[in-house]
Amino acid sequence: MSSTSKRLRKLVAAGATVTTAALALAGCGARAGDDTAGAGSSAAASCVDTSGDTIKLGFLNSLTGGMAISEKTVSNVLHMAADEINAGGGLLGKKIEYVQEDGATDWPTFAEKTEKLLTQDCVAAIFGGWTSSSRKAVKPVVEKLNGLFFYPVQYEGLESSPNIYYTGATTNQQIIPAMDFLASKGVKTLFLAGSDYVFPRTANAIIKLYAAKLGIKIVGEEYVPLDKDDWTSQVAKIAAAKPDFIFNTINGSSNVGFIKAYYDAGLTPAKTPIISVSIAEEEAPAMGHEVTGNYASWNYFQSLKTATNPKFIQSWKAYPKSSGVTSDPMEAAYISLYLYKALVEAAGSFDVNAVNAAAKKNTITFDAPEGKVTLDGENHHISKPGHIGRINADNQFDIVWASDKFIEPDPYLEGYDWFPADIRKQLTDAAG
Amino acid sequence: MTKKPWISLGGIGVFAVLLLAVAPLVLTDHWLNNLGKYCCWAIAAVGIGLAWGRGGMLVMGQGVFFALGAYSMAMHLTLETAGDRIPAFMVLYDPLAPLPAFWEPFRGAGFTLAAIVLLPVVVAGALGYALFKRRVKGAYFAILSQALAVALAVLISSTIRETGGDTGLSDFKYFFGFVLNDPANRQMVYLIAAGLLIVCLLAVWQFYRSRFGELLIATRDAEERVRFLGYDPANVKLVAFVVSALMASIGGALFVPIVGIITPAEIGAAASILMIAGVALGGRASLFGPALGAIAVGWGQSSLGSTWPDGWTYVLGLLFIVVILFLPNGLSSLPARFTGRARRTPVEQPTPAIAAAELEGVRS
Amino acid sequence: MDALIPQLLNGSAQGALLLLAALGLSLTFGQMGVINMAHGEFLMIGAFSAYLVQQVIAASDLSIPVALPVAFVVAGLFGLLLEVTIIRWMYRRPLDTLLVTVGVGLILQQAALQIFPSQGVPVEKPSWLDGQLTILGYAWPMRQLFTILLAAVCVAALSAWLKYTSFGRRIRATVHNRDLAETTGISTRTIDRLTFFVGSGLAGVAGVAASLIGGTNSQMGAQYIIPAFLVVAAGGIGQLKGTILAAWAVGVALAFFAYWTTGSLAQVLAFILVIVFLQLRPQGLFTVRTRSLA
Repeated sequence: MSSTSKRLRKLVAAGATVTTAALALAGCGARAGDDTAGAGSSAAASCVDTSGDTIKLGFLNSLTGGMAISEKTVSNVLHMAADEINAGGGLLGKKIEYVQEDGATDWPTFAEKTEKLLTQDCVAAIFGGWTSSSRKAVKPVVEKLNGLFFYPVQYEGLESSPNIYYTGATTNQQIIPAMDFLASKGVKTLFLAGSDYVFPRTANAIIKLYAAKLGIKIVGEEYVPLDKDDWTSQVAKIAAAKPDFIFNTINGSSNVGFIKAYYDAGLTPAKTPIISVSIAEEEAPAMGHEVTGNYASWNYFQSLKTATNPKFIQSWKAYPKSSGVTSDPMEAAYISLYLYKALVEAAGSFDVNAVNAAAKKNTITFDAPEGKVTLDGENHHISKPGHIGRINADNQFDIVWASDKFIEPDPYLEGYDWFPADIRKQLTDAAG
Repeated sequence: MTKKPWISLGGIGVFAVLLLAVAPLVLTDHWLNNLGKYCCWAIAAVGIGLAWGRGGMLVMGQGVFFALGAYSMAMHLTLETAGDRIPAFMVLYDPLAPLPAFWEPFRGAGFTLAAIVLLPVVVAGALGYALFKRRVKGAYFAILSQALAVALAVLISSTIRETGGDTGLSDFKYFFGFVLNDPANRQMVYLIAAGLLIVCLLAVWQFYRSRFGELLIATRDAEERVRFLGYDPANVKLVAFVVSALMASIGGALFVPIVGIITPAEIGAAASILMIAGVALGGRASLFGPALGAIAVGWGQSSLGSTWPDGWTYVLGLLFIVVILFLPNGLSSLPARFTGRARRTPVEQPTPAIAAAELEGVRS
Repeated sequence: MDALIPQLLNGSAQGALLLLAALGLSLTFGQMGVINMAHGEFLMIGAFSAYLVQQVIAASDLSIPVALPVAFVVAGLFGLLLEVTIIRWMYRRPLDTLLVTVGVGLILQQAALQIFPSQGVPVEKPSWLDGQLTILGYAWPMRQLFTILLAAVCVAALSAWLKYTSFGRRIRATVHNRDLAETTGISTRTIDRLTFFVGSGLAGVAGVAASLIGGTNSQMGAQYIIPAFLVVAAGGIGQLKGTILAAWAVGVALAFFAYWTTGSLAQVLAFILVIVFLQLRPQGLFTVRTRSLA
């Protein structure tokens, strides 16, 4: 026994030696408080190759794992947009050569692949992501390496980054219009149902603040894990609370279980309608007829009558990897690539700083299927129209409400006095 | 193996040179960082090799211990980055509430390092004591450990303000005073991970040579007989389980500064099973098998998962089937197969011995 | 009290679904010691079978009753295929079957993701499951009553089959003492195959029930496998009554925890409850008394 403990002590000594050696070897690295530390990222020189007649872009979507059910379509629509742009002459005369990466529904993988795309593949910009968690994993990496990331899904706001462009809605373009719609319908009581992650939690925090201002009473709030379908116990609570409306921030297939439990509990769109922010043309068919008659708040619907929408729908239906219907996140992904095209053309370069400088002029626009959107060069979001649609029997949406004009993006809700200034300050401080 | 210890020791030496000297010279920053990540999984895998390969306990919930180390480290780094402020994500959910009480001690570097070592020892000790004394084993033990990992992952996902939820903890700027963005410091973190992997290999090498190692194998192959001989198999298994938990925790702790993010998905069912995949591929009962297998699976995920994402899932699935079906002792048993029976050591004669123990676990 | 009675039914329905998912597992685990982690994917196969049946028979009033036996046979055949190609080589290494079937599950999941629309497919419920039935002043959703009824029918059929048919008797003999069964002339190979077919088929039936409650997509099986195994473990192997009681208890616990706390916490609490229970009674609720030492 004593010999064992002697050996063990040797081992511990060996371990200590290895660790100290490692520390000594790299002792030259920067420490907190050094000058380099204050400057933050010492951005490595970009390795993007702009000499040839092609330009590399990275597409980062979950093609495997739980989120593949949503993100595959976004990946396919990005491929379609790239093909379209290539057919029209490419970006600054260069054909797009895309590198498709799989985020695998795993946030560290999103971070790893972002680094790979920027440092190994040397792409000029990355497009993709779906969940807020994936975006939050990508953010520090693109900021560190001074890359560009285009994010195509509506999200909870309260964020901005010089290295990210947001082509989905922020809260004041989706959630606040939805609340305005509810107020216009005379809704007095509201129940909040969501998946248990960052978007529903933050969105509901904002909804509660705005509801207080509008005089709408929140009569309950329920969360279920993302990968769980059973909502019966929670729906029982909703039925007992008898709200005028249900605000649904559930994501993914959990929505199917929610709608079925809602239907079973005897709740109906006539008496207790649902307004959703994650159910679109893509998701509705999987829920069958039980979702019909409920509402959704988006910026884009397939049923929108704009000049460019028919062409978008037609090209998508003709595309080999098509899912048949168009939806808001798909359209936002489609915008993201064209917005990048407009940006590099305005900048005359693929350089990240030049692109950001071009954005600052606030002149970047794109005739999107949802209408003509304008990029805000300061917060990197785009202006969007607010729409509320009602699901019909064909799983399409009848537009029942529209904002009177395009809504300017306001991720930190600076134009809304009910949002506490000290929270905003803490958040911007923490981000800065 | 017992007869020629210096061969194994020499192997560890070669491995150390490759990881600590050659890799930093030939690999790009990106791939060195990836290798660092694989090393973290390899550290956990070495522990799984000890518990499963040598001890016969199929630990399907090592994510629990990986999480203890990882979240201890991540809380410390988050606080180090936030300074006097409340971490940014907490402001998002409730700006007025204070820092949760259990975060406070993790401000201290010493407390954090102690927690990374002691938390898994205490938790695995208590859990192992309860389970092994009650003779919970075989499939029951496997399913219970997996259920624990699932439960912990769900718990973390649902306590969003306290733990960051599904998004996890990320965006660390400093590592014990060092700036994480600095390539020199990232190399240092890699070297620590690679160095600790070598230390863990040395530790299990020592274990396997010791009397305890023999007792552990005896417990795996014939628990009842060990009991009849006057030993308490529960204690033997407990030690192996605690050591494997400690290694998983160390792997988790280093995963955080290297990868820069930790989420419940890294500790849940799928992640815990992926840790097993590498061990099965390399060879559960061999010294190098688990570590090399874990590195191989990690590399496969990074490279093949990139070029052929749909295919990688199939490859991973087939890997489980083919390896377990035809090569229960993993790739490391291949040389022995070719050179014939004579050189096979007793531990590498898997099938009947392991089967007896497992059947007992299922049927008794 | 008014809220508690509906939760009791709700919990019973959840328990019934768990029971359907666990029945097949209990059979294959008890009989052969095989831990089939692809059981959740067999459940998924059952759900997709229901969808495919609805593509042929559009009227859902008729298609669901047709889908039940179809799903049983389709999932059963998948199970049989798994037994014949892989599992039969591994009876001496039961713990390893767990890892092999993890691989099988991964492959089936990915294949489903690529074959079917990635968002999942709708399975329309028949109109006779619409609405609620009012008994004793409480409204009982028809769908929940159906799940409970389906579970009851499956349990009755299975126990009758085990009790009264010669196959059933042979299965029970094999569970109690495999070697002795073999010496008395029972072909345990045939019995094993049949058991695997029936066990996997039951997962298919569970899949049809699950498709009426939640989404039908490639990921659906994953959420059932761990709870189902916990139910089998807590019930005690090879014990139908134990499995039933454990499934009901877990279902009711889940419903009440979810009602009192949150959906997330309910899962954690229910798991911990089972783990603590197994610590107290490692062999589950009921145990088979065997004379074999090994």
